[in-house]
Amino acid sequence: MKTYGFDGDAPQLSGQRKVTSVYVYEAPLRLWHWITVLSIIVLSVTGYFIGKPLPSVPGEATFNYVMGYIRFAHFTAGYILAVGLLGRLYWAFVGNHHAREIILVPVWDKQWWKEFFFEIRWYLFLERYPKKYIGHNPVGQIAMASFLWITLFMCVTGFALYGEGTGAGSWAHSAFGWVIGAFGSSLDVHNWHRLAMWGIVLFVMVHVYAAIREDIMSKQSMISTMVSGFRMFKD
Amino acid sequence: METFYNVMRRQGVTRRSFLKFCSLTATSLGLSSAFVPKIAHALETKPRVPVIWLHGLECTCCTESFIRSAHPLAKDAILSMISLDYDDTIMAAAGHQAEAILEEIQQKYKGNYIVAVEGNPPLNEDGMFCFPGGEPFVEKLKRISKDAKALIAWGSCASWGCVQAAKPNPTRATPVHQVILDKPVIKVPGCPPIPEVMAAVITYMVTFDRIPELDRQGRPKMFYGQRIHDKCYRRPHFDAGQFVEHWDDEGARKGYCLYKVGCKGPTTYNACSTVRWNEGVSWPVQSGHGCLGCSEDGFWDKGSFYDRVTGIPQFGIEANADAIGLTAAGGVGAAIAAHAAVSALKSTALKKQDLKPVETTQAEDK
Ligand code: HEM
Ligand code: HEM
Ligand code: SF4
Ligand code: SF4
Repeated sequence: MKTYGFDGDAPQLSGQRKVTSVYVYEAPLRLWHWITVLSIIVLSVTGYFIGKPLPSVPGEATFNYVMGYIRFAHFTAGYILAVGLLGRLYWAFVGNHHAREIILVPVWDKQWWKEFFFEIRWYLFLERYPKKYIGHNPVGQIAMASFLWITLFMCVTGFALYGEGTGAGSWAHSAFGWVIGAFGSSLDVHNWHRLAMWGIVLFVMVHVYAAIREDIMSKQSMISTMVSGFRMFKD
Repeated sequence: METFYNVMRRQGVTRRSFLKFCSLTATSLGLSSAFVPKIAHALETKPRVPVIWLHGLECTCCTESFIRSAHPLAKDAILSMISLDYDDTIMAAAGHQAEAILEEIQQKYKGNYIVAVEGNPPLNEDGMFCFPGGEPFVEKLKRISKDAKALIAWGSCASWGCVQAAKPNPTRATPVHQVILDKPVIKVPGCPPIPEVMAAVITYMVTFDRIPELDRQGRPKMFYGQRIHDKCYRRPHFDAGQFVEHWDDEGARKGYCLYKVGCKGPTTYNACSTVRWNEGVSWPVQSGHGCLGCSEDGFWDKGSFYDRVTGIPQFGIEANADAIGLTAAGGVGAAIAAHAAVSALKSTALKKQDLKPVETTQAEDK
């Protein structure tokens, strides 16, 4: 058994016509997935409106707090995302080997590359039958790993911006204030934080499409796997 | 030994005015009244710290700003009496006489004077683009700074480069801290900086004989510790979600927040929203125009002054995050749709061979 993962060697039971199920994603990992989904949605929607706010509200300023609530939701979801990310990294150490798949991508492994290109061909309709994977397939692995890096970037730039508001002396300013200087100015950090949001939107579009498509086409369960933790192979 | 107090008395300043100056200094530095006697004592006993004011590639707006300081005695006390020994723009002496004074201060106060730099040195063509007194400014700056105690970088020019360093920066105008590497450089950015801020920084340095506390970017924390947005009086409208949508609309008349018409207050570190301008009369946002971010690094090259989400210069063309993001999302969306269509066709073709599962087993993960 490899301690880093890719699973082209999943039971290729073609011809035997059975349903095999394997426990892949443990509960904390699944919980993390869905918490992350929620916070990413909240962060993207509120973040979009932080830069391009909704139409003005009428009435006295005293009785309105639209931007205030939007920003509060953003920062709260930001904290949840960041704590979740730390939890996920911790789980990579203590979870099963599938928990390490998206952290340690075995790019040094020839076999991994072979399967990577196999998957690319499959997605380009050049392979007739899909391979089965207990965990992620190599293309998915790369996509997931990139997502983690972008999320880390979002947390670092996000807390740098957050530290500007909470001011000198706050933990965010002490820990991430240097980021503002590294980018040159606060405005640059804002713009890159916003651009990276679009990177995440792209990931989510492709990811959700691929998950649904694989669920239908690849003879193995996908969405229910992220709910129950079991991978079903339908042959 | 000559103290500040000696000089001031010699210039005809009464003790009463002197003490007033001390309390004003304390106030503008945000210090309590307990500091007034300390400041007075320092000025009475410490040797005078001379200031040399150099002008490089600049527009003199910093000097213009400084001499309009509302600090009542600042113009007189600081400018003419206390410490401004050399300022080629506003000093009485000229030509060789002026240069002789410069030489004299450098020798007499070796290691004890402050160099205040307005503007910056251009480095292209061996510095020929700025040539005061028959010498490239970069040479003069290095020569005078050699024996200085510390440098003050006045304005965005000296601190970051400002307009003369805007792309493509043909003269290679370079901020002071990138040329003088071995002395502390205190940045007082702004285009121009607020006069009261300039007066307070220089007073602090000559009275306490030390550098004010600086932030990570080398700016005095007491004036650059917060953003315009943090103390803006229109902030309640920002939090409420009430914005000027177009110039001269209802919101503009009601004094709503200028965020949507490009106010850079949320990304700009300066004291305008607290100290204000023209003796506290007003400041840009109070006059109905957004902050341009004039005290920020490279503010000329950061896209429109009237957009909140501005261009990202690294992309060469004027492209902002949303333009790039929406284009990419559109492309990916179209690709997904096409891919889904092909997938559907393929899977109907394969369906015929699909067989129903007959048996269920539980396998252990190897
Ligand atoms: C994937 C996650 C995230 C996304 C998609 C996201 C998105 C955005 C967007 C689009 C903006 C507006 C940028 C602009 O136009 O100026 C923004 C602003 C901001 N974000 Fe995030 N963000 C994320 C994570 C975070 C995190 C983890 C934090 C940390 C608390 C954070 C804190 C902030 C702050 C402080 C601002 C500036 C608010 C303001 O200027 O009023 N963000 N975010
Ligand atoms: C904001 C949206 C989403 C984000 C950021 C996201 C992120 C991720 C990440 C990082 C993983 C890897 C998990 C790991 O190995 O630790 C993953 C797996 C997965 N996600 Fe999502 N996800 C999102 C939305 C969704 C949605 C809406 C669905 C369902 C339609 C979904 C279905 C799945 C499935 C089935 C897997 C497992 C893939 C496999 O078994 O190879 N995700 N997701
Ligand atoms: S006017 Fe500018 S500085 Fe003032 S609250 Fe609005 S965005 Fe902030
Ligand atoms: S309001 Fe902004 S642009 Fe105007 S002077 Fe102050 S920092 Fe500069």
